[in-house]
Amino acid sequence: MPITIEHLTHTYGEDTTLAVKALDDITLTIPDGQFVGIIGHTGSGKSTLVQHLNGLLKGSSGHIIFDGQDIYAKDYSLKELRRKVGLVFQYPEHQLFEIDVFSDVCFGPKNLGLSEAEIKERATAALEAVSMPKELYNQSPFDLSGGQKRRAAIAGVLAMNPKVLILDEPTAGLDPQGRQEILDLIKKLQTESKMTILLVSHSMEDVAEYVDRILVMNHGRVAFDGTPKEVFAHYKELEEMGLACPQVTYVMHDLKERGLPVDVSATTVEEAKQSILHALSLA
Amino acid sequence: MSIVRTENLVHEYERRDEEGNIEGVTTAVDHVSLDVKEGSFIAILGHNGSGKSTLAKHINAILSPKEGTVWVDGLDTAKEENLWEVRQRAGMVFQNPDNQIIGQVVEEDVGFGPENMGVPTKEIWERVEESLRAVGMYEYRKYSPNKLSGGQKQRVSIAGVLAMHPKVIVFDEPTAMLDPGGRKEVIRAARGLNQVEGVTIILITHYMEEIVHADQVFVMDHGKIAMQGTPREIFSQMERLKDLRLDVPQVTLLAYELQQAGVPLPDGILTRKELVDALISPRIDSLP
Repeated sequence: MPITIEHLTHTYGEDTTLAVKALDDITLTIPDGQFVGIIGHTGSGKSTLVQHLNGLLKGSSGHIIFDGQDIYAKDYSLKELRRKVGLVFQYPEHQLFEIDVFSDVCFGPKNLGLSEAEIKERATAALEAVSMPKELYNQSPFDLSGGQKRRAAIAGVLAMNPKVLILDEPTAGLDPQGRQEILDLIKKLQTESKMTILLVSHSMEDVAEYVDRILVMNHGRVAFDGTPKEVFAHYKELEEMGLACPQVTYVMHDLKERGLPVDVSATTVEEAKQSILHALSLA
Repeated sequence: MSIVRTENLVHEYERRDEEGNIEGVTTAVDHVSLDVKEGSFIAILGHNGSGKSTLAKHINAILSPKEGTVWVDGLDTAKEENLWEVRQRAGMVFQNPDNQIIGQVVEEDVGFGPENMGVPTKEIWERVEESLRAVGMYEYRKYSPNKLSGGQKQRVSIAGVLAMHPKVIVFDEPTAMLDPGGRKEVIRAARGLNQVEGVTIILITHYMEEIVHADQVFVMDHGKIAMQGTPREIFSQMERLKDLRLDVPQVTLLAYELQQAGVPLPDGILTRKELVDALISPRIDSLP
């Protein structure tokens, strides 16, 4: 179910003196099963963009084609779209509300009008997908740790069986291991469940490590679009946009400048290590 | 001279069931004794739920000790008559800038604290100006806070605390919601306050690379202090940090991996410059 965005523009406060173009003529296609990272400084339009993809926001002009159908067509069911495109907001654990974890995850499927058995089946599958320990199913969601709460909230979205999963800064505020657990989980959803993943993130290191493709948003436009290597090659421009490269990329540039013939396109620790070892053996 | 001192500090949360009966007690801070020297830059690490925020909230008397004692600049925080004085001397900056800014205009927001303290109007304006200059936000004094970026808002929050002339500022994950540029701005502002104004800084964070310049690091686990030392001492114990759900800066990890592969690098490399200098040194260049 590929997503194609055509000339999408979103203006906040249209027809007022305060009109701001949050999205400015965006055109791109996201094929099935891709893991896309979206980066950009605060206010660059990242969250506005992803909220269009499940119809929470409607573009001022332009089109979004999901699975061959224009979601702005008159008879298109946005309800159906929202089942297929799951959106995990920032700090999703603030939306947990049920008396126990299991009921909370059941809430979405229950609203779909499924049978009792199917609701339970889906909730169990979703909780297993996020590796929630069984003994926590009947706990109050408020007794869980930060990372567990976040996984419970993600399970709530997964229980809707989405084809596309959008996550807005899912690791904010988590400790390093909690961050890695969430990212490993997302990667698994892509590789095993074949979901298309859109990850909005402020961590360049995480994005470099996990995604297939990076979209860089700046002033409501797509400034760069490519593999992590291609995008982080523009490290000077990224800094001007309030972004950065993974730390190791800077190390590689420094080393090259100082005369060690390393590969400056390395964006992960593993790539950097291999390239440095290779360069040292040549010296 | 110690600015913050705790002795056998204990804090417990009561867990209650639906009827409000006490089910059990969680010890969030468990007999913690620490001593922070005036003018130093301290970092506190620890996984989610390790007790670091609970500890921090004792420093400006948002929480009062269940057992043990906390002194801020010599004042016992448990004594009610010290409360306002403690909160003026120990300021706090939180994670979400949007929850800390109340003014319609930047300079009004920064003046809010000193105004509440009864500072004379003329002096309020002096304090507002010097605080905004210290965090590099003076040009934005007439702006509406909602027109600012996350990093700028967070710097306004810092200026608001600074205008109360605190001796110590506790930063509780001040960069968790910011983009890389904003993170850099906030950390730079915190280091500037420490070095130029001599304000003691206590920084709580999950970003390991933010604390490589700290004077001392405390690592919390299960409400206790599990490790303490300089960043170099702490980050050279990678396995132990992993057990505590933590990590090392990416540069430190790369240096460690290279070391494992046989490159003779010194232990505990923390910054990009240290790693590059070490790799470029002639000793390594002449490897077989």
